[in-house]
Order: sequence, then structure tokens, then C-alpha cells
Amino acid sequence: MKKLLTDLNPGENARVTKVKGGGAIRRRLIDMGIIPGTEIKMERYAPMGDPIEIKLTGCHLSLRKEEAATIEIEEIGCV
Amino acid sequence: MTIALAGNPNSGKTTLFNLLTGARQHVGNYPGVTVERKEGRLQTNGYNIKIIDLPGTYSLTAYSPDELVARNVIIEGRPDLIVNVVDASNLERNLYLTMQLKELEIPIILALNMADYAESIGITIDYNLLSKLLGVPVVRIVGTKGEGIDELLALVTSGNNQFMPAKAVRYEMEIETAIAKLEKILDSKLETADSLAVADQFQAELKKYPSRWLAIKLLENDKEVTDKFASLPDGNKIIEQVQASRKILNTSLDEDPEGLIAEGRYAYIRGAYKEAVEIRELNRTSITEKIDKILLNRIIGLPIFFLIMWGLFQLTFTVATPLVEWMEILISSLSAGVDNALADSLIKSLLVDGIIAGVGGVIIFLPNILFLFLGIAILEASGYMSRAAFLMDKIMHKVGLHGKSFVPMLIGFGCSIPAIMATRTLENPKDRLITMLVTPLISCGARLPVYTLLIGAFFPQEMAGNVLFSLYLIGIILALLMAKVFRTWLLPGESEPFVMELPIYRLPKLKSILVQMWERAWLYLKKAGTIILAISIIMWSLFTFPMVDKNGQEYATASQQMQQSYAGRLGKAIEPVIAPIGFDWKTGVALVSGFAAKEVVVSTLATLYNMEDEESLLDGEETQVKTFAQLTREQSGFTPLVAYVLMLFILIYVPCMATIAIIKRETNGWKWPVFTAGYTVVLAWVICFIVYQGGFLLGIGV
Repeated sequence: MKKLLTDLNPGENARVTKVKGGGAIRRRLIDMGIIPGTEIKMERYAPMGDPIEIKLTGCHLSLRKEEAATIEIEEIGCV
Repeated sequence: MTIALAGNPNSGKTTLFNLLTGARQHVGNYPGVTVERKEGRLQTNGYNIKIIDLPGTYSLTAYSPDELVARNVIIEGRPDLIVNVVDASNLERNLYLTMQLKELEIPIILALNMADYAESIGITIDYNLLSKLLGVPVVRIVGTKGEGIDELLALVTSGNNQFMPAKAVRYEMEIETAIAKLEKILDSKLETADSLAVADQFQAELKKYPSRWLAIKLLENDKEVTDKFASLPDGNKIIEQVQASRKILNTSLDEDPEGLIAEGRYAYIRGAYKEAVEIRELNRTSITEKIDKILLNRIIGLPIFFLIMWGLFQLTFTVATPLVEWMEILISSLSAGVDNALADSLIKSLLVDGIIAGVGGVIIFLPNILFLFLGIAILEASGYMSRAAFLMDKIMHKVGLHGKSFVPMLIGFGCSIPAIMATRTLENPKDRLITMLVTPLISCGARLPVYTLLIGAFFPQEMAGNVLFSLYLIGIILALLMAKVFRTWLLPGESEPFVMELPIYRLPKLKSILVQMWERAWLYLKKAGTIILAISIIMWSLFTFPMVDKNGQEYATASQQMQQSYAGRLGKAIEPVIAPIGFDWKTGVALVSGFAAKEVVVSTLATLYNMEDEESLLDGEETQVKTFAQLTREQSGFTPLVAYVLMLFILIYVPCMATIAIIKRETNGWKWPVFTAGYTVVLAWVICFIVYQGGFLLGIGV
């Protein structure tokens, strides 16, 4: 089973291996800098459990779990 | 010379625009403040430059209406020069757009904005090296402090801004092969077509775009470019070729071409970034992260959000009250002065009852408006707007919308017009339409004077802030409920993905907050001096004429006259409809006049009560200076329940004329503005009926 961004707990880091899905969502994620090789830190879940906040180099993004589940990752532990 | 300012959302384009042109366009700290193109002029070094400020965009593939504006100006308008404003603390992502701009082969200057912040978090940039690697001039600026502007202008006017083709991105070999193949077809199409007519049309449509760019866009499956080709004669042949190429690439590289092209651009950026940028890892949590630990906390995040909202409305009411009283004294002494100075006449009645009461009644609430906009300005400038969207997304998702839809709603507390404009940041047309339809339910600043008057007259001081808050809350709840209703029955569909940037917090700049408040105050006063003045005079005339009955006889009492006046007849006509919700004909007239602008309800009531007050004086009794609240209490005959129901009605029913007009403009037709007006009136009546009859039966506030 490939790991997904939604499998991360707050504070954990990972590297993107693949952005699945298609169409507008995928393009938008790519525009925001989420491509294979991008390092991501899971910051937090919103009070009501969704959306999530992630940190990339240089910015904080908010996305829903639905979208996060299209992002495959490999864990790189704490950096 | 025409220059376009382009860049990612919230990178500081408008700040730079204001600095260059001396304009005072609205700025804020959240993505999507600018949703329209704005033009300005700059004279420097003998150059007369037209500057176009654009909405922010992450890429040239547009999703939302505001991004489409940016895309069209850049691609179709082809400015002479693009100043690409880039957030220096987030170079990698910002340069992604730069790479796409470069493919258009338009000269670019890269303005690395917020460089001071980038330096403060340990980012050191070698500007010369970056410029060499990217093949574009690079300049360091700090828009908020005006640093680097002279250097930028020197570059702009240096006259040697040319496109440097050598530094374009090179993609993977397979992609390059496909690009070259398409380019060749396109070029030959431009030169030798089957017929002269076809060639001409191709020439006319496509000559302004570089063929390499067209080839890349086609391979990326860009909708606009593909559509353009589909509409050309022989265009389908090219599209077939593109699809064949995409298929080959897909199988041979195991990824779709748009992904590979994007990765190619990022690879180029990362290469340059590694060489020209040095990051000293400052192993500490940034201030923004510390603040978010509290404000976005899973347990206290939402309570804090509601506390902030509650505080905003307490501020608007409680803090402003003494100032309002002071304004009131001013207006009533003016009124008394004119009253004593002139002999009784129609002119005097027009001045005192029509103009001073009507316009003055609105002007006294200026302090409330100022404090409301102070609060909103701070929310916008600090960066909390996006956090509110983050916190509320789940609820918005439940009603079929988007956390981003919450931003227009927050703006709607100030005024529905910019709020409806702000829906342009929403990508899905249905999401956008639903947000537009429900935004008028969010209580705007124009309704505040009505609340302030009625709360002041009928509710004890200590309850005032909470009564006000309850109205705002009801507005939000109704907006969410109606969104759900519209999403379920009227415009069903999936809600869009939600990907949104959370900007760093910034300390609001005192100057820009003051400017924003001043602009708002000016707008309010201007409104009072124009539309409200006009409507006041009209309402006064409708109350005053005719002065005699059918037979030419004067009425025995003034109250009879008023009932028989044009306004009185109008009010009497609608009275049967509004009687079940506790309103009399006078309230009816005020409500009708409120369609012009919600504040007009106040000025109509002021005119009405002023005229009645004079009439109720016994012979020989001196005119007393009464506060507006006092007059309202004495003359309206309202109970607190009726007053509350009236406020509810004002909250919900028909948005003002200007809002209807903007909905018409943004939806290109009369269908949705008429629908909005219709559903809000019905909804207002139903809610008020329930509250009034319920309150009456239970004996609350009667």
C-alpha cells in the first residue's frame, strides 16, 4: 500500500512521490508546487477535522482530505 | 509603453501599483484582494507609461474569473513589458508563473518583493546570479517601504528589455521532440496552407503568439488554446496530431504531458534556486506558526473565531455610541436653529423635516460605520481572513460550498458590493452563483444605522451589543441555510476542490488602515449627500403632497393629511400584507424607500417622526430638542418585539439597488438579480411572521 498525505500525523514530514487524480485538482496542486520531490510537513487538522494545513518550503497551504488523498508520499522522518 | 504587473496572489502587486501610480487601490493580506484589472499612469524619465494591475494567478491556465482576467490581459493584450512581482520568501513556487510568462516571449522584469522579510527568515539571494540563470533582469524591492523602486524604474526605462530566448526552459527529450513536431506543423500552416483564405485566418488569429508557446499549450491540453484551434478551419487536424502526440508521450513516459511539462519547469527553477539562493536554516518556529498554534488550535480555534466576530460587533456598537450621541446633538441643534430662524413654510418643512432629518439621521451613524470598517480593515490586513476560511471550510462544505466562499461573506459585513465582486476568486461558476445569491443576507454596514437607531430606542444599553450580534449571527445562519437549499434544489453539483494559501501574519499598517477608513467615511458621506438626499426630498414630497383633498379642502389635521398623502396611500396599500408581521403603513413606506439604500429607512423614519412630532405639540408649546431615539420611541408605537422584527426584516429583505445592479453585471442578465430580490422578500416575510406571531403568543417583548 502506498502511503498518502492523509496518513501523516501533525508534525510529520514526507516527500511527494506522485500526484494522482486528474484534471483541475491535479493542475492546481502542481501550480502550488506539489510535484514529485516536494517536501511537505503536516501542520494540523482544522478543528472540525477537515481541511488540513501543510507546510511546503516557503508557504502554508490548506487543502481538504479529499485532495490530500491524491498525493502519494514517502516518509522522511523528522528533519 | 504598457506595463502589466503580474504575479502570484498576495505577492504585493497592488501595493507596488499604488506606489508607482499614486493610486489608492484596496490592498490586503489574503489571496484575491484584486479581482479586476486596474489601470494607472506614470510619467518618469520622459516616458509616459500605462500600468495595469492584475489579479494574482498561480499559473496561466486560468480557473476562476479573476485569473482569467489576468490571463487575457497577458496573453491577448501582450503588454510591452511584464513586471513579474514575486514573493522573495517563496521563490520556487512564484517562479513557476515566471517560467510560463517567459514562454510567451514578452520581456520580463522580475521584482523580488518583500525581500526584507525573506532576509529576516534567513534567505540570501544572489540577484545577479539569479538574473543570469533565469535570463531576466532581477531587482530587489520592498513595496511597503518603497525600497528598490528607483532601480525598478531605471530598468523599466532603460530601453533594453528584450526577450532572451536562450534561457527558455528545455523539457525532456521526448517532450521537446513533440514540441518541435507541432511547431513545424504550425509554422508551415502559417506559411503554406491549402488555400490562401485559410492561411490568412491562421495568420490573423495566431501570428501574435510564439509557435513554441502554442505547441506547449496544446500538449498541456490547455482548454482555451485547444478551443481556439477547434474554431479555426483545419484546426481539427492539428488537434488530432496533438492527441496522437499526447498518447505517445503518455505511454512512453508513463505520465501525462502536462505533469511532465510542469516538472520540467520546476526542475529548471530548482536548478537556479540551488545556485542563487542560500538558506540559513533558522531552526525556530516562525511568529506566524506560533500564532497559528493558538488561532487554529483544534479546541480553542473556533471559540476564538466567534469571540473575534463578537468583539467586532461590540466595537461597532458600544465604542461608537458616545460619538453617535455627540453627532446627534450637533444635528439636532442645527435642526432647532433652522427651525427657530425661519417662519413656518413649506421651505422650512423641506429643510427641517426632509433634508436635515433625512440626511442628518443617516450621518449621525458615521462613527458606527468607521468602527465597523476599522475592524474589517484589521481582519483583512492581518492575514486572518484566510484563517477564517480554513476554520469554516468544513461547515461551508456541508452546505455545498467552499471555505473560500466565506471570505466574500466576511467582506459582506462591510458592503455587499465588494463582497459580490470578491466571488470572482471562486473557480466553479455554480459555487460562485450560490455565494452571490446568499451574500446579501450577510448584514452590511448600510443596515447598521437602522439597527443602531432601533436598538438605541427600544433596548437597554447592556443588551445592545448582543442584540446586534444576534442579527449578524442570524444573517450568517440564513446565508448558510439558503446556500444549502440552493445547492440541493436549484444548482446541484459537487463543490470544488479547496486549495488555499495561508499567508504569513502581518502587522496592519496604521497608514493604510486610516486611508481605508477615510475612503469608507467619504463614501458614506457622499452617499448621504447624493442618493440619500435625493430620496429624502422625494419622501418628504410624497408625505407632504397632496395638501388638499379631492374637493380642494384642507385636511382637518396633519395626520389625516399624511394618511392621504401619496406616501400614505402607498403605505395603506401594502399595509394588509405587512400587518401580520406587526408593521403599520408608515413602516411599510420606510421599507419601500429602503430599496434605494438601506440607510434610507432611517431617513424616512426621521422625516416621518419629525413631521408627526411637530404636529403633536400643543398650541404654544415650545419645540423641544429630542434625540432621534426618543422621537422614534414616542412616535413609532413599536414594542421591542416589533422593533426586533423590523430589524430582522431589514436584514433579510431586498438588497439595495446597487447590489441588485452588481449582481446583474456579474451574472450578465436580469434573471439572478430578480430572483435574489424575490426570494429575499419572501424569506423576510416568512421569518418575520414566525418571530412576530411566536413572540406575540409567548408574550416576549410585547
